[in-house]
Amino acid sequence: MIRVVLPHHLRTLARVGGEVEIEIGGPATRGALLDAIEDRYPMLRGTIRDHVTRKRRPFVRFFACGEDLSDTPADAPLPGPVAGGAEPFLIVGALAGG
Amino acid sequence: MSRIRVLVGTRKGAFVLGSDGKRERWDVSGPHFGGWEVYHMKGSPADPDRLYASQTSAWFGQIIQRSSDGGKTWEIPGGEKLPNPNDPPGGISNKFVYDTSPGTGKPLTTHQWYDGTQHPWEFKRVWHLEPSLADPDTAYAGVEDASLFRTTDGGRSWHELPGLRGAQGERWAPGAGGLCLHTILLDPGDPRRIYIAISAAGAFRSEDAGQTWRPINRGLKSQYIPDPEAEVGHCVHRIAMHPSRPGVLFMQKHWDVMRSDDAGDSWREVSGDLPSDFGFPIEVHAHEPQTVYVVPIKSDSEHFPPEGKLRVYRSRSGGNEWEPLTKGLPQRDCYVNVLRDAMAVDALDPCGVYFGTTGGQVYASPGGGDSWAPIVRDLPAVLSVEVQTLP
Repeated sequence: MIRVVLPHHLRTLARVGGEVEIEIGGPATRGALLDAIEDRYPMLRGTIRDHVTRKRRPFVRFFACGEDLSDTPADAPLPGPVAGGAEPFLIVGALAGG
Repeated sequence: MSRIRVLVGTRKGAFVLGSDGKRERWDVSGPHFGGWEVYHMKGSPADPDRLYASQTSAWFGQIIQRSSDGGKTWEIPGGEKLPNPNDPPGGISNKFVYDTSPGTGKPLTTHQWYDGTQHPWEFKRVWHLEPSLADPDTAYAGVEDASLFRTTDGGRSWHELPGLRGAQGERWAPGAGGLCLHTILLDPGDPRRIYIAISAAGAFRSEDAGQTWRPINRGLKSQYIPDPEAEVGHCVHRIAMHPSRPGVLFMQKHWDVMRSDDAGDSWREVSGDLPSDFGFPIEVHAHEPQTVYVVPIKSDSEHFPPEGKLRVYRSRSGGNEWEPLTKGLPQRDCYVNVLRDAMAVDALDPCGVYFGTTGGQVYASPGGGDSWAPIVRDLPAVLSVEVQTLP
């Protein structure tokens, strides 16, 4: 079970509070995690990644275990503490705008 | 007694304002979608409790919201987890993908960029939602980068009408606000006729329900482009028509207020005695097809009212002769703007006129503009105002 922290606006869209727990069938990669999030919360499709290119939206970042994972390959394994449920995977809206 | 519902989109959420037919006391509900930009909300003429809203964010992109109870509750169509695995996939109500297939449209992938080079078409947001006049599940979306999409399943999925970009789309260039399709007018007398307008490409008309289009910009003059009378390239800010005369169009262009009496085939200037013919919205009285409203703005460089006086101008003669409407509006130190989609009329008699400002005020005039009062004063910057007249 992977713990995921969504940004405020996506929690509102998905109608969840606090962390969500996501089950991944296969290898625990960032791409597989985002696939699983979008499968469980279809209303979030297109809000984290582009519908077509599957690229991260420019003002969305991924953090975990004190590291910026935003630009790591989608098929790279998630850090062990994230895959094991000890640490959350953070989806963050960039600090910008007014 | 009839009721009025005013749908207000702002920089930080949506608000629904309600009143009885007297239009004196108002209820305000919201913010809905707090913190998000709501470019536009509009109700279905066929089912006034069916509303569509465009919710957008630079961070999280486009969301389409739908209400079936007049804005009390909202849902993302198709966003629900579908119980039947054979159902179409959910979560595609915000999927606006340009159609470049040769079979259905034009394999067109670029438009003109600010520096004159060609630039890929990139979806950014929905500026305007126009529900069908007859079917609550059918609606049109005007988007940036400019194109027209249609849903026929209540907003669950959207498909481009790619013929529009075939109307010289490679020559369209963005205005300062982006390459946006902001106006969609459906002809109540001919379901196959649609007008749209794009900044900064111009006005276009379809006679076959959106399959093919042609520019309708003859008579427009824009001094800031290399060919002032070019077939496309004009920064049209807004078009309005009266439903009883769908061949008569009124246009607020970047500069110039224009009129066409032949469905856009030709235009003539009707700015007349306006203090400035720069502005954004234009609207037509519900019962007087010759009565038109604009809000003059000082200039393209200074987007606020001339002399710090917020004045709506009304022409009762279809243009050229204009009178200032000032009663109840600030006549000193006012430096707000009124954006292109932020003015609307109701269908009561006398006709009510409404507009919202970038300062967060929504003004109403139940008497056709003779006097004004704010419904609310302190909303976020208003992006759009639509009005529903309910039984």
